[in-house]
Amino acid sequence: MQIFTCPFCGPRDEREFHFAAEAGKTRPDTTGEVSAETWAAYLHAQRNDKGRTREVWMHLPCAELFLMERDSVTMEVYATHPLRKAPQ
Amino acid sequence: MTLRLPTGGLIDRSKPLRFTFDGKPHTGFEGDTIASALLASGTRILGRSFKYHRPRGLWGAWVDEPNAIMSVTLNGQTFPNCLATTTYLQDGMQARAVNAWPSARFDVKAGLDLFHRWFAAGFYYKTFMWPDWHLFEPMIRRMAGLGAVSPDHLDTYSSDQSHDRCDTIVIGGGPAGLAAAEAAAQAGQDVLLVEDHADLGGTAHQLADIEGIPTSDWITARHSAIQSAGGRILTHTTAFGIYDHGLVGLAQNGPFGTAPRLIRLRANRIILATGAIDRPLTFANNDRPGIMAVAAAAEYLARYATLPGRQIALLATTPQADTLAAQLTQAGANVTRVDPAQSPLSARGGKRLTALQAGDRTHPADTILASGGLTPLVHLWRHAGGKLDWCEHRNAFLPGTPPANMTATGAANGTFETDEALEHARATGAGTPTKRPDPKHHLTPHWPTPGSPGRQWIDFQHDVTLKDVELAARENYTSVEHLKRYTTLGMASDQGKTSNMPGLAAMAAIQGRPIPEIGTTTFRPPFVPVPIEMYRGAHSKQLWTPLKRLPLEPQHRASGAALGDYGGWLRPGWCGKGDPAEEAQSEALMARQTAAIFDASPLGKIEVIGPDAGAFVNFVYYNTIATLKPGRIRYGFMLTEGGAVFDDGVIARLDTNRFVISCSSSHVDAVRTHLEAWRQDGNDPDRIFIHDTTQHWATLTVTGPRARALLDTLDLDTDDMPHMSLRETAWNGTPLRLARVSFTGDTSFELSIRASHAPALWDALLTAAKPLDAGPIGIEALSILRAEKGFLMIGKDTDGETMPHDLGFTAPRLKKSTPFVGDRSLHTDKANAPDRKQLVGLTVPSGTPPLPTGAHLITDDTTPRSLGYVTSSYQSPTLGRPIALALLENGTDRMGDTITAWHLGKTRQATVSPPCALDPEGDRLDA
Repeated sequence: MQIFTCPFCGPRDEREFHFAAEAGKTRPDTTGEVSAETWAAYLHAQRNDKGRTREVWMHLPCAELFLMERDSVTMEVYATHPLRKAPQ
Repeated sequence: MTLRLPTGGLIDRSKPLRFTFDGKPHTGFEGDTIASALLASGTRILGRSFKYHRPRGLWGAWVDEPNAIMSVTLNGQTFPNCLATTTYLQDGMQARAVNAWPSARFDVKAGLDLFHRWFAAGFYYKTFMWPDWHLFEPMIRRMAGLGAVSPDHLDTYSSDQSHDRCDTIVIGGGPAGLAAAEAAAQAGQDVLLVEDHADLGGTAHQLADIEGIPTSDWITARHSAIQSAGGRILTHTTAFGIYDHGLVGLAQNGPFGTAPRLIRLRANRIILATGAIDRPLTFANNDRPGIMAVAAAAEYLARYATLPGRQIALLATTPQADTLAAQLTQAGANVTRVDPAQSPLSARGGKRLTALQAGDRTHPADTILASGGLTPLVHLWRHAGGKLDWCEHRNAFLPGTPPANMTATGAANGTFETDEALEHARATGAGTPTKRPDPKHHLTPHWPTPGSPGRQWIDFQHDVTLKDVELAARENYTSVEHLKRYTTLGMASDQGKTSNMPGLAAMAAIQGRPIPEIGTTTFRPPFVPVPIEMYRGAHSKQLWTPLKRLPLEPQHRASGAALGDYGGWLRPGWCGKGDPAEEAQSEALMARQTAAIFDASPLGKIEVIGPDAGAFVNFVYYNTIATLKPGRIRYGFMLTEGGAVFDDGVIARLDTNRFVISCSSSHVDAVRTHLEAWRQDGNDPDRIFIHDTTQHWATLTVTGPRARALLDTLDLDTDDMPHMSLRETAWNGTPLRLARVSFTGDTSFELSIRASHAPALWDALLTAAKPLDAGPIGIEALSILRAEKGFLMIGKDTDGETMPHDLGFTAPRLKKSTPFVGDRSLHTDKANAPDRKQLVGLTVPSGTPPLPTGAHLITDDTTPRSLGYVTSSYQSPTLGRPIALALLENGTDRMGDTITAWHLGKTRQATVSPPCALDPEGDRLDA
């Protein structure tokens, strides 16, 4: 069982988290023409990187999305970062 | 013939224990295992093999035993698949060998062994292909398997689970583990030592003294030293697996028949002192009862004061065999040393051994003790991702590159000499990096010899022989993972503890490649079988999915309403005490004739607040919400980005920057998470706030032709309130949100009030209802009312592919100009396909029963194809006939068609009709 560190709540059991998305994916601008290929890639194409990955996860109890850098082979977690902007 | 010695061992001779094996009475002592007591009694055959029903005796003395698997009954409860070598004897146990009937000694299926030539690896795959495997499967399944599970569920068999942590966990309480734990504890570490036997010491008991101190004193000294330094010790506890991020799974065993406690342990440092096991020698008839591991014989002698036999052929050249030979001779056995390098080797005799044939010499023997060398137990090391190195001197895989924070010591690390092991263990425990000691003894390998004569067993438990490995190699299953799956080598409940090394060595020899090049199969947890209840713990029923409770539950209970689980909420299904179906019918009829009061509190009430709230809800909704005016309500869908309908419900705009989303009752948590994800992704989360107030507000629905009249008596003004509007008012001095929406097709109002004020409002509504012949209804009646109108329930009348235009909501797809979640997915080839399943109604003649929910709608071809299925089906009391909703391929183009509904082999005809069966003009809405 893995331990992930929520940037807001600290280290918690993996059962409290949900994978949200691979980091770096942007929603195509649907006000313009979006090809079927572009949309399919956005919906379904995952890089599934072997090794170091950057992913967005949600910590369900606090419902905050955050960025997690981890290794998909060794399961080592390198770092977690909040996605929200720093307080003004 | 007893093999028990008059003195010695760890057993308590003052406490005899009576038990039976295959119906025959036996006696053992406190401290015995079932296996040791049977061995002491001279019982040789403890089980039958899986495939050939060969008689089998004891090979091992602990977890590596492949043969002695028993069903054990104690106090009227039977537990299958108990390993006789690890099951401590209790008075009154009734043990029975599995896979044998009537007994292990006389097994009616023993004749199967005569047909062994046909049962080679792949036999089933190759034989039972024509005409169909499924024809043979039931018969084969009946013949296979070990033990029978009782169909009775034991409520008392449940596990506790706990979490624990420490600085250093030492796994294994043998000499090395004790020394390491002592050193770590004395270095100031918080230490936990776990040992799977009920007592400490491990193989130490085989030695008379350690470091010049009598062994029992030495163990006691370590035990006290660990405890006085603050260390903890758990015996009868197995570390069965190491999981991600170093989680150690511990199964703490209690008395027989109780489920072990699961301890999830996190440690900064893991020291592995799990020891080593003997590996079998591969020779003709090496599975005969009476052929035992050298290490096992040493354990039986030391712990249980039991000889393995009287006339012993000792087939090993290891230092452990030298020690054992002297001990056995001293204990009165007749020991003949035989060099395993001689060939050919074969065991003589059937159920009882008579001799060991070595080359041209015959050594009379009732027992053969064999060892091909020691194999370190590196399972946990591999679970954690540690690498293995092949050692030519020890002819074994040893711990290599370590996983994070893990060290191996003692025999698990390939150090089989006690003094060297203790020195290494102490240094390891103290945290001093130490090199592995060089071995004093270089093991002469005795691996399987391909092509040699006789039936030579590799995997005892799954009946895999050397010939099976040769066959697998011939058929090109040469990788160890393929070999394993083709022959099932190592796939039995012992997971190949004794068989993996000979198996891969045989494959190496067949291919002429070095063993390390062949490699091992993957080591997976659990190290020993553990009951599934242990993983479950207390997580069942209410403790697994707690029901959500209504603020009005006491009122519903007091009135005798039938409470049930509906979408995770405990809520009234119907309110009367009569037949459930009749109650639902009369409640639905009352709602259409006068008025009904319904507890709709589970309805989602998620507030979306903030300067960007309007744009946000417009984006997450399929429908245009931007144009919604404050005080007005709109029905709409939320979609997934894939375009499927995710949730439906009404959204109310309280204010320019404040919305309330009424999502499906069973879907609130999912919708909240969905909203949160979009809020934080692509939006400024500081300008949108999402607040789930579902549990804070109770919602009571008043519906029916007399709904207005009913509310009038509560002084709730509904004048100038058009359908789909909302008013924030007050009742009894408390804020009340009055919404005019309808899930029934009649004039309806939803009254939302602070949960603590719900009982007063409920009572007032019921009192006002009485003179109107109105009253409460449950969700069963509501389901009928909404189905009459063709109003859908998400997940019931939709599936994971349903898009809004399949439900008749086409406008936003074509006209909405701003982006929304799922927009592009509504214009894919799939979304435009002509054969999409669409929501329709189905009509059957009045007087016939309703269609079965789930019935398939099929084509009328000779090989019918499913075109869809019935999603909701009820008798309508108002219409006096059955109604149904269905998802039907190209359904809107089939209006008026007759279609065949198929259910459990029976067919009926139905007419495709619009989903709305009652008041399609909507006159009742403003009645």
